[in-house]
Amino acid sequence: MKPVFMTYTKKDIINLAVCMVLSVLVIPTFITTEYWYTSILIPWLCLALATIGQQIVMGYTGQLALGAAGFMAAGAFAMFNLILRVPDLGFVGSLIVSGLIAAAFGILFGLPSLKVRGIYLMVATLASQFFIIWMIDKFGWFKNYDSSGIITAQDIVILGKPFTTPLAMYFVCLAVTTILTLLAMNMARGSTGRNWMAVRDMDIAAESMGVSLLRTKVQAFAISAFYCGVAGALFAFCYLKSLEPVAFDIKLSFKILFMCILGGLGTINGAFIGAAFILLFPVLLNSVGNNVFHGAIDATIISSIEQVIFGGLMIIFMIYEPLGMAKLWENLKVSFKSKMSSSGIKSAKSSAQKSE
Amino acid sequence: MVDELLFFMEVLVGGLLAGTMYSLVALGFVLIFKASATFNFSQGAMVFFSVLAFCGFMQDFNIPFVLAFILAALLMVVVGLCTERLVLRPLMNASEDTVLMATIGLGYVLEGLAQAAWGVEVRRLDLGIGDFPVPWIADNLKLFISALDIFAGLVAALMIIGLFLLFKYTKIGLGLRAVADDAGAASSIGIPLKHIMLLVWSAAGVVALVAGCMWGARAGVQFALVDLALKALPVLIIGGFSSIPGAIVGGLIIGATEKVLEVYIGPFFGGAIEGWAPYVLAIFFLLYRPEGLFGEKIIRRV
Repeated sequence: MKPVFMTYTKKDIINLAVCMVLSVLVIPTFITTEYWYTSILIPWLCLALATIGQQIVMGYTGQLALGAAGFMAAGAFAMFNLILRVPDLGFVGSLIVSGLIAAAFGILFGLPSLKVRGIYLMVATLASQFFIIWMIDKFGWFKNYDSSGIITAQDIVILGKPFTTPLAMYFVCLAVTTILTLLAMNMARGSTGRNWMAVRDMDIAAESMGVSLLRTKVQAFAISAFYCGVAGALFAFCYLKSLEPVAFDIKLSFKILFMCILGGLGTINGAFIGAAFILLFPVLLNSVGNNVFHGAIDATIISSIEQVIFGGLMIIFMIYEPLGMAKLWENLKVSFKSKMSSSGIKSAKSSAQKSE
Repeated sequence: MVDELLFFMEVLVGGLLAGTMYSLVALGFVLIFKASATFNFSQGAMVFFSVLAFCGFMQDFNIPFVLAFILAALLMVVVGLCTERLVLRPLMNASEDTVLMATIGLGYVLEGLAQAAWGVEVRRLDLGIGDFPVPWIADNLKLFISALDIFAGLVAALMIIGLFLLFKYTKIGLGLRAVADDAGAASSIGIPLKHIMLLVWSAAGVVALVAGCMWGARAGVQFALVDLALKALPVLIIGGFSSIPGAIVGGLIIGATEKVLEVYIGPFFGGAIEGWAPYVLAIFFLLYRPEGLFGEKIIRRV
């Protein structure tokens, strides 16, 4: 029997502790440049959160959806309006309510999933993407009748304290992401997640075993949209520091889809790995372009190459490892462990021979 | 009253003809779906890739129009060959969703390659047919209909007839239908799957090139073509994924509805509803007739 604490093994607790120490103590002490917080860590946390949302609906429930950015936009603009119009709610309250508003959209546009699947569902979810962006764009109320098109996001104030430095914003994102990630892991391991996976693996069998398809699918869409909505609000308030519908266009939806698939479908840590890869790879490519070729390669060509590589990787992963980078990481760990243990056995054997 | 009716007719006919442009894109999807039950998400990228290559050949290398078109078509055959070898064959036994995701990746590759090779700036494509009302129709019928729209409609009609004849009356067409029905059975009686796939992807590439020329002449050859091609998806849902006439009728319905809604209902909501109206229309179709107007009924085995 493994020691288990509320269904968590010792390994999980150690993993959590290591992650927390790394993110709360190590990163703030060693990384002092603002660039890392504003351009990499904060967007990484936000996008990883949105990718968890995409994971829930796509990786766990098996519904092909392509509208994450639409729900992010809903969350971001809900946040803006809540802070503007209901200041009593506070930052955290607004964040939760904006997530709930996004979840309402999720339920609405998730309903077609009851009838259709695969590419058909993808088209239905595209409707949400285009509709939400159009709605925000066309009705001035959502943008508080701002004509410039880009609205500055309000400062983050929690319990009367301003959180405006990059480090403070990083902690805000970190706290929200940590709580929601733990929740997502809990759901994925509990009966909720089991229902999702049952529906993913074979919906008819799941239904005949008493899993309500309506409940499970709508729940998955709602929770997914909640995550995307919160991620969108954080993305706008901590990373972009402005709100414009264009920032949440279909390209972002595709990006999140890529993060989800390359990271590894049906895993939570895959969301973080995928988001890190998609964010860091262009940075790496650009620095290679600047330092190795000294700007001899045009920036547009570099971004095109980046696109080719992402697409190529997608194909390669689909062919060789459909479960993505998280699975690769898992395989690496397993092979490392077996190597360790086999060398352990050898040394035990040799010591046994010596004693003879 | 007559004026209103005329205006409505004009909107309707304009929409119908614009719809044929969607049909042209949708046609490429249908070709591949019919022969391999693969949903090719990269069709939009193929449109963009092919027409950008066509423009590149003409404008960067000063190759004459017809030769450039043939070269671009050949390039699409090469793309089809590579796709078959590098993407589809390794994924022969993978699930539908896996192949779909791989084609999303393929789309990214094609978009990136096109932009790396030919640049990102908007190119103008002149087919020699203006995008302005035909004077004869404007004078006699009092309808303002763009010459390009009519040309696109004619091209679409020709391609449909050609493809229809190909599928119905040739040996290749019979092979295509056999593969679509049951790939395993077809290959066991000696139909070369590889050749069929290559043929279908090449044909889809050439269809993409034609569609790209039409769109490029109207909106300029630019990245936005990929997003425009996304509108072929609702067209397919309405028409049915495996039906060539369905692609046409679906395109007409989307084109007409989108324009009529935009002109008559759009102003109440600040316009630009054509961005999402086709998708919402597709949702309604999905709820009542998921297989589309002409599609085969979707039967899933348990």
